[in-house]
Amino acid sequence: MGLEFNTETFRNDFTFKNSPRAIRRFPFPFDRDDYMYSVNMEPHVPGRPGSVFEHMFDVDEHYVAEMRDRAQVLADDPLRCQSLPHMELAGWDLLELIMESKARDYPQWFELHKNGNRWHWINRPMEIEQKFTFLDPTTLPCGPMEYITRQAQGDFTLQDQRDDNLWIEAGMVTTQADWSLDFDIGMSFHEWHAPVPKAHQMGVFDRALKFLLKLQHGAPVRRFNWTMTVDPLLDTSPENYPKWGPTKTTLTPENIGNRQHLRVELQTLHRLPRSNAIAFPIRCYLIKFEELVTIPKWARRLHRVIRDIDPELSTYKGFIRNRELMVQYLSQFDDGAPTSPGWWPDE
Amino acid sequence: MSVGAPKIDVTVAEVVEVNSLIKRFRFVRADGGAMPPFSGGAHVVVEMEENGTRRLNPYSLMSDPSDTSGYSISVRRDDLGRGGSLYLHKQVKAGMRMQISHPVNLFPIDARAKKHLLLAGGIGITPFMSMMGQLQKMGQKFELHYSARSPQLGAYCETLAATYGDRVHLYYDEAGQAVDLDRLLQGQPLGTHLYICGPKGMIGWAKSRAEAAGWPRNTVHSEEFLAPPVGNPFDVELAASGVTVTVGAAQSILEAMEAAGVDAPYLCRGGACGQCETAVIRCDGHIHHHDHWLTPEDKASNRKIMPCVSRFEGKSLVLDR
Repeated sequence: MGLEFNTETFRNDFTFKNSPRAIRRFPFPFDRDDYMYSVNMEPHVPGRPGSVFEHMFDVDEHYVAEMRDRAQVLADDPLRCQSLPHMELAGWDLLELIMESKARDYPQWFELHKNGNRWHWINRPMEIEQKFTFLDPTTLPCGPMEYITRQAQGDFTLQDQRDDNLWIEAGMVTTQADWSLDFDIGMSFHEWHAPVPKAHQMGVFDRALKFLLKLQHGAPVRRFNWTMTVDPLLDTSPENYPKWGPTKTTLTPENIGNRQHLRVELQTLHRLPRSNAIAFPIRCYLIKFEELVTIPKWARRLHRVIRDIDPELSTYKGFIRNRELMVQYLSQFDDGAPTSPGWWPDE
Repeated sequence: MSVGAPKIDVTVAEVVEVNSLIKRFRFVRADGGAMPPFSGGAHVVVEMEENGTRRLNPYSLMSDPSDTSGYSISVRRDDLGRGGSLYLHKQVKAGMRMQISHPVNLFPIDARAKKHLLLAGGIGITPFMSMMGQLQKMGQKFELHYSARSPQLGAYCETLAATYGDRVHLYYDEAGQAVDLDRLLQGQPLGTHLYICGPKGMIGWAKSRAEAAGWPRNTVHSEEFLAPPVGNPFDVELAASGVTVTVGAAQSILEAMEAAGVDAPYLCRGGACGQCETAVIRCDGHIHHHDHWLTPEDKASNRKIMPCVSRFEGKSLVLDR
């Protein structure tokens, strides 16, 4: 597979863009013409070849650039990566899961050789080669979770399970939709979800927690979440709000197609074997409106979703201010024709 | 859960008679691959098929969690039970193919604890064997207090003492020995967690002593799998599926549902995890709950039932399944 990795930026000059292939495989999150919260979880089993579901962890053309951006975020603010002392074993579990998955799914880029606990890891796209002893943190340049998540796209949190609850107690969070690991670390499931409107009253979190406490090893699940971001900025953190919040006021009918991005998170949940913790990778995909409307079905559907969405949701997701502008722009691409079920583009 | 839950095809590598009541079984993957690692305290559900009756019983893993070459369980023979342990003891031989679930942990270590105090009774020793394997490797502080009827029936007493030295304390009923629990609880450093596994009476006693000694509830952990009790046959109407099933004397409601082709959720099958909780639509009679998942209020209301261990006596029972 001759995929090349893009040279692109997620800050300053924002040269990020999706190739036609990346557009077609974008995880468009709406399977119908309207949207409301639900516990929309399904088994994370290998999906359609070429899609973002094909493998356990998707590696795409943005991989190397995203990892470079992560390194820069961490250099500016090391607190984006934290692990409470009792979560180290879960960090090793995560390292093992990612290394084994990538070496299995992308042998042309990653290799893992094991001789007992003596492991040899090769990451060709990032030009990394590391020999280390599994479960011995002194043999890695940093903790196991930090080590592997500096080489894996998307944010990661690790939840300890105890007292019939989940506790967010470790994570690498640099591509987040306006939430802070430094603020949330140590919170229980309902605590860190407290800001989400409506879903509590709908009982979504009670049901989700009950489901997750029983999540089984070997049976990961996935769901989508989404929001809107002006400019392809991965690091939309509360810490940096002054840098990106005001950009919402600079959208115009002329620049919205290029600057407004749909931001989709492919979230997966994995029971970790040794620690009994739960890993929660949150993989962020960005697509600018101009790119998205090249898929006619998605253009029609996104127009209808944004036009009809509950105002409380557009407020919480932070785009109420530009909602009318979005609807105007997208309406050009909606001829009122019916859309086919499901999220895949029409052939 | 039943839907999508992965199974592992295994070969019985070894059956060892530990003593007159206990046999140990070792499972390796049928395809020769490595087993998943697991966490101390985890169990697997073992599937058994005998004369058309399908049983799925949970057993704690006792092997070292980092040993991925195979899993070991120990099974105490219950001559008066429904036959799962008798089947394992009498029918299962080395070389046989079986199916087990991936490991599930309902009795995990609290990794924040400053010290782990383990209290075992009888066959309740098994989850602690995997826990100690893990705690040892993690360099965590622990202490085992293990009560058995006699040295002959105390499975693994000698091995444990040899491996863990003075961290293992043994008590034999026949010799009139008993753990001085109140004193033990008083002498623990702050941040100690207590883990109890053994007969029902022992778990209740130890929990109440810990409570009396002022231990915070979240520092006291226990696990007890219930074998589904035997009883008189009865009928259950499954409203959503539109069928009525007869639950046999040595069958659980869950097993009767499965035999009728109804796909019901489950995880532990021993009244502990809550996964199979089902709403009761109508109950004209008495539900023998048996589980330790539902609250006393839930049980009294007769509006919820755990099909893995509960039984019924009376005119009619209608479930939302």
